[in-house]
Amino acid sequence: MAHGHQASGIAAGRLPEEDIAANFSDLHAPYAPHEAAVAADRCYFCYDAPCVTACPTDIDIPMFIRQIQTGQPETAARTILGQNILGGMCARVCPTETLCEEVCVRETAEGKPVEIGRLQRYATDTLMAQDVHPFTRAEPTGRRVAVVGAGPAGLSCAHRLAMLGHDVTIFEAKGKPGGLNEFGIAAYKSTDDFAAREVDWLLRIGGISIETGKSLGAGLTLDGLTGGHDAVFLSIGLGGVNALRAPGEDLPGAQDAVEFIAELRQADSLAALAVGRNVVVIGGGMTAVDAAVQSKLLGAENVTIAYRRDRASMPASRFEQDLAAAKGVKLMFNVMPVAILGDGAVTGIELEYTAVQNGRVAGTGERVTLAADQVFKAIGQTLDGAPDGVALEGGKIAVTGAGRTSVAGIWAGGDCASGGDDLTVTAVAEGRDAAMDIHSALTA
Amino acid sequence: MADLTTDFLGIKSPNPFWLASAPPTDKEYNVRRAFEAGWGGVVWKTLGSEGPPVVNVNGPRYGAIYGADRRLLGLNNIELITDRPLQTNLEEITRVKKDYPDRALIVSLMVPCDEESWKAILPMVEETGADGIELNFGCPHGMAERGMGSAVGQVPEYIQMVTEWCKQYYSKPVIVKLTPNITDIRNPARAAFAGNADAVSLINTINSIISVDLDQMAPEPMLDGKGTHGGYCGPAVKPIALNMVAEIARDPATAGKPISAIGGVTTWRDAAEFMALGAGNVQVCTAAMTYGFRVVQEMIAGLSQWMDEKGYASTADFVGMAVPNVTDWQYLNLNYVTKAKIDQDACIKCGRCYAACEDTSHQAIWIKEDRVFEVNDAECVACNLCVDVCPVENCITMERMKPGEVDPRTGKVVTGDYANWTTHPNNPAAQAAE
Ligand SMILES: Cc1cc2nc3c(=O)[nH]c(=O)nc-3n(C[C@H](O)[C@H](O)[C@H](O)COP(=O)(O)OP(=O)(O)OC[C@H]3O[C@@H](n4cnc5c(N)ncnc54)[C@H](O)[C@@H]3O)c2cc1C
Ligand SMILES: Cc1cc2nc3c(=O)[nH]c(=O)nc-3n(C[C@H](O)[C@H](O)[C@H](O)COP(=O)(O)O)c2cc1C
Ligand code: SF4
Ligand code: SF4
Ligand code: SF4
Repeated sequence: MAHGHQASGIAAGRLPEEDIAANFSDLHAPYAPHEAAVAADRCYFCYDAPCVTACPTDIDIPMFIRQIQTGQPETAARTILGQNILGGMCARVCPTETLCEEVCVRETAEGKPVEIGRLQRYATDTLMAQDVHPFTRAEPTGRRVAVVGAGPAGLSCAHRLAMLGHDVTIFEAKGKPGGLNEFGIAAYKSTDDFAAREVDWLLRIGGISIETGKSLGAGLTLDGLTGGHDAVFLSIGLGGVNALRAPGEDLPGAQDAVEFIAELRQADSLAALAVGRNVVVIGGGMTAVDAAVQSKLLGAENVTIAYRRDRASMPASRFEQDLAAAKGVKLMFNVMPVAILGDGAVTGIELEYTAVQNGRVAGTGERVTLAADQVFKAIGQTLDGAPDGVALEGGKIAVTGAGRTSVAGIWAGGDCASGGDDLTVTAVAEGRDAAMDIHSALTA
Repeated sequence: MADLTTDFLGIKSPNPFWLASAPPTDKEYNVRRAFEAGWGGVVWKTLGSEGPPVVNVNGPRYGAIYGADRRLLGLNNIELITDRPLQTNLEEITRVKKDYPDRALIVSLMVPCDEESWKAILPMVEETGADGIELNFGCPHGMAERGMGSAVGQVPEYIQMVTEWCKQYYSKPVIVKLTPNITDIRNPARAAFAGNADAVSLINTINSIISVDLDQMAPEPMLDGKGTHGGYCGPAVKPIALNMVAEIARDPATAGKPISAIGGVTTWRDAAEFMALGAGNVQVCTAAMTYGFRVVQEMIAGLSQWMDEKGYASTADFVGMAVPNVTDWQYLNLNYVTKAKIDQDACIKCGRCYAACEDTSHQAIWIKEDRVFEVNDAECVACNLCVDVCPVENCITMERMKPGEVDPRTGKVVTGDYANWTTHPNNPAAQAAE
């Protein structure tokens, strides 16, 4: 039987351990101090800077970059973290090419933005490496807030509330906090266990306790939470996944991409992680790209992303698409799955070409079959386990203003709440803003 | 191709780029390599009187200021004149001049301010065959405390006196190197020419403290916890030097006298600017100390390319051309009315012009919907600050208003006539118009 790359089926050890380690190292290497100074000097210190407007957490970007430029990454970090307590993670995972850097005037001027994300990382890494937590709590207010879900939205909300003097308990269904920072983000964006280190660092504000293994709906009830707390913040993310509704989707080898990524993120040894020789990923978002790229980095020989619309419609940014292509992933557009093929295990996938007719995607009748040992479904996550009594809107918890739900005393934010993009940085912004609103309500 | 050959005081050199008296010209080894690299001439590192040479510090003697990428913008030094024996220098000078007859070789001198000292050294210099001497009245540190260098250069009477001695005891051209550490550069220049100097050269370094070490709380460069003021040079000093050269070039007492310009010359363009303001050639120190001797090749190629573009056959064609256009403020045409204009296609919407004008000038830039920046002519005084802070070259330009148009700021009709402050009604000393 062939080994390595050519081993058939789903197998571990497709690449030597060193290669895997190298493949999963930092996507963007951190700046050395001189590089940071040079990169920072490119910033024009714009008036009413467009990059700030584009940052969901409104970080004063020209100010923090200037602080780096004057040799004080620590002060820069305070500027960042004051707006975005997960500035370290956001620096690594924000699709800056569609946020702050997209509108940087140097992008306009020369197609090369100031590298805001990398500079943000330089500042926050410097501060965190000094083992400093830059904020202190206000006098205790005696108020208690329950936060459900320890992802970026919940952590951001909890930190801000704790800072304002409230006592916060976070209830987290999983055994570890972090949400998708810990279980979802691509491994090469959050290296060296950064997600867990960041949570530990964040908790140093004090006043926050996390109860893991506590799930709303399974043990905890909303009534129970509202009874014991002055306010509740729901930040449960999107725990469900959309079904493919194609024959064969339950065959061994066909799997949800988020589940595969979570396994990968939690694996003790990536070299021991099995991956198919021929992998097909269905979908067109960040999850699809991450599943495909990481399969390739594990040593899969052929990896294809099959997306049902054209390139321009793909939710993954052009940068993400190019990253996938650069890693050797093949991007197929205008194809949709008809059936996952196999007898006892996946052996292939049948796709049908599509065209948009009257705004809807429809098959053209032309079909193609690809060999596949592993098929990842990445066609979107859904809200799972929203508590009864809280109104929904478009499949998410309906919110108005700074995360107010239809029920007084209950706020929601992050992916589970209506409106906004499903991004780490948006989750952080919504958590923070809800905390400020909760604070006003509690101190009114 | 343009002919870069220059004749300065009858001293010929293949190009107008000379190395200034400084470490690059401190010894035979350097100077030979400099000539091989293409330098047109050198002013040998300043020699002192016979006897035990001066000593330099044994710790750091330079400090620097940088741009973001550690581009060296300004250099400061606490070095003294040559610390090698006089005889050694003289022998080396003799050998080098013999081997490079086509290059200019000037000997820089600094000896005590008495006739005997000059009388003693000048014949020895004469014997080397060097093309001339330069009197170092400039160093602001170390030597000044001993009554030499800028201590002499700050007293016009001394300059004249020493220059006269040199003209008396030395047969070849005498260049007087001026210190910028003085209120009015015209006075020492007049004194030098009054003493029959053949030329002045300027500037020497500017008194400076380049930076302060905030941990050790002492100026840099620092030796054993202490620092001292030094001499500032490099790209940052060029504007000061340009002005001083221009002042001498347009002073009726010294106009037309030969000037060798020094101070921040780093590229061909810097050289062209100094020469346009009346310098017959330029001297370079910091650029060579930063990049090595090879930089001269850029200067040579750049200057001749520019001269070809402009149709100047020799450097004499453009030397001094800008001097008539340097005037006093009071003669500037007050009827020359311009308004800033923003090229919307070039604008990248950074808003720097707005911040600068709104916060610190005349509130004459509007920020309109979608970050469109526009000049409000009714407020614009044409100060040029927006042009200076705009990161995009030529994005903001100053457009002259045509005669007959009404300046929306003043409500007055723009006239084509020239009028200056001397006749302005607001000037208490205005001469009555005829
Ligand atoms: C594979 C993948 C890659 C991604 N890559 C990026 C990226 O590169 N950049 C980017 O900006 N965004 C990325 N995202 C999106 C980003 O991760 C999310 O937008 C962000 O994590 C949302 O934060 P959240 O706090 O709302 O939810 P989550 O991070 O999902 O956290 C929700 C938390 O609530 C817990 N929970 C759920 N239900 C319950 C319950 N009933 N009781 C108690 N706890 C519960 C969960 O266990 C989890 O810890 C990616 C998403 C995925 C899936
Ligand atoms: C380290 C150093 C030593 C110098 N020594 C002398 C000197 O001995 N004699 C002198 O006339 N000028 C001396 N100078 C001044 C230079 O000749 C020159 O006037 C000055 O540096 C300005 O030119 P630049 O901007 O090209 O460096 C020295 C400059 C430096 C940097
Ligand atoms: S948080 Fe994200 S969007 Fe905001 S400045 Fe940082 S990298 Fe850009
Ligand atoms: S838009 Fe770009 S140049 Fe302007 S402040 Fe933001 S990062 Fe700096
Ligand atoms: S400074 Fe220049 S580029 Fe920036 S907004 Fe003004 S005109 Fe536009």
